[in-house]
Amino acid sequence: MALLEVQGLEAQYGWTKVLHGLAFTVEEGGITTILGANGAGKTTALRAVCGMVRTRGEVRFEGRSIAGRATEDLVRLGIAHVPEGRGTFVNLTVEENLRLGAYGRRGAGSGEDLGRVYQYFPVLAERRRQLAGALSGGEQQMLAVARGLMARPRLLLLDEPSLGLAPLVVREIFRIVRTINREQRVSVLLVEQNAAIALRLADHAYLMETGRMVMSGTAADLREHDTVRRVYLGY
Amino acid sequence: MDILLQQIVSGLATGGIYGSVALALVMIYQATDVVNYAQGEMAMFSTYLAWTLLNAGLPYWVAFGATLVISFVGGLLIERIVIRPVEGAPVLTIVIVCIGLLVILNSIAGWIYSYIQKPFPSPFPSRPIQIGNIYFGAHDLGALGVTLVVLAGLYVFFRFTTLGLAMRAAAQNPVSSRLCGIRVGWMLAIGWGLAALVGAVAGMMVAPVVFLDPNMMAGILIYAFASATLGGFTSPGGAVLGGLIVGVIENLAGTYVHFIGTELKLTVALALILVVLLVRPSGLFGRAAIHRV
Repeated sequence: MALLEVQGLEAQYGWTKVLHGLAFTVEEGGITTILGANGAGKTTALRAVCGMVRTRGEVRFEGRSIAGRATEDLVRLGIAHVPEGRGTFVNLTVEENLRLGAYGRRGAGSGEDLGRVYQYFPVLAERRRQLAGALSGGEQQMLAVARGLMARPRLLLLDEPSLGLAPLVVREIFRIVRTINREQRVSVLLVEQNAAIALRLADHAYLMETGRMVMSGTAADLREHDTVRRVYLGY
Repeated sequence: MDILLQQIVSGLATGGIYGSVALALVMIYQATDVVNYAQGEMAMFSTYLAWTLLNAGLPYWVAFGATLVISFVGGLLIERIVIRPVEGAPVLTIVIVCIGLLVILNSIAGWIYSYIQKPFPSPFPSRPIQIGNIYFGAHDLGALGVTLVVLAGLYVFFRFTTLGLAMRAAAQNPVSSRLCGIRVGWMLAIGWGLAALVGAVAGMMVAPVVFLDPNMMAGILIYAFASATLGGFTSPGGAVLGGLIVGVIENLAGTYVHFIGTELKLTVALALILVVLLVRPSGLFGRAAIHRV
């Protein structure tokens, strides 16, 4: 069953339409990626799913319509959004950032969740008392993913986690995302510009151009596709 | 020497009040980027409420507690009803709304209670307290104590509770806060409620000294601005410390610099604002505002 189902999604900033009837699905348990160049509307697609921009169209999560729901409700439904640019609270400590990730499930003890994310990201455990702003870019991205995980989501939305990071760090983060996906049964929707690494991680992939999906298939299929190879993988 | 110590303690007492109002200003400023010019009038109105409750025969501390609760709810409602509709508006619009609120609250207070000064009781004995060879005003010490207790309570709330953490997060990064499931609008409203509560404490502590009238907070608001400017508008702790420093400087200048006396005291605060803005605009503990362009 599709965990997330999007149909005819439109979004606009002011008078400028950015999404033109976008349609895609995220299968339960898998990793789906949306590829595309800068400005294709990938980030907007994620923001539209989370009600952060004015949108029209159908968004279903676990079969229920969530279009028009307030952003702050979605995390309670089980969607954790790790935004572009990480969105860490730079003046709060690492552990405070993580505790905020669990805010949506108040009453539930977050102690064991902290232990769980520290297992995946040992470097955060070492720096738990430091201000998030003092972390390196890679560590901040790890913190952002870890914060999303604190909500015990069913679906993790990752917006361009590789942005501005060294290749080695990106590989490390993607390895952890894969582990989390397998062990915690968290489905992942990954938006990426870096097609090579995204296609290595994902099961299913979409290619987006100027607000529309122009191609979809298994990650292996897209990797072999001529246009994708030439334009996005560069060989 | 004795006079110096007395003046310092007395300065700390008024400084605590300036610091409280400054803290209320900073709390709202950090959450909404707006200076709440109506902060003083909100405190004045709270003090009139306390006066009404006391006149109805309630014991002092019961009236005190009830006033805090009413002020909190009042501040919350003001944010929801008056500020919310202009939330995304340009800063100037919100400033005008705050000034409007100032005028309205001032006029309503004058209309209900008249502009004639009223005495306001102090919960502390009128006999000075002797420590060693020095006599301290009991109200000075008491007011300082009450202020410090309230500030400590706020510190604990913001530092150690989940709600306090969520409020700090909402002030820093509203977008990420929403993604964490925090209802940012309510956090702002609670912030206004807390600011109103802190202001109410300041009003009730200063009213026995300056007497109760609709304009009683006007001067204090200027001292509070000086305090917040000195400590840094981005630093809650700095605002409180700034208040204490301003209170002491004001008192010492009034006592020891003869041409200042009581008449020119307010000028000290204004001069301080000017000097700080010229020399170190971000204040002692504030961070310089950095905007992406």
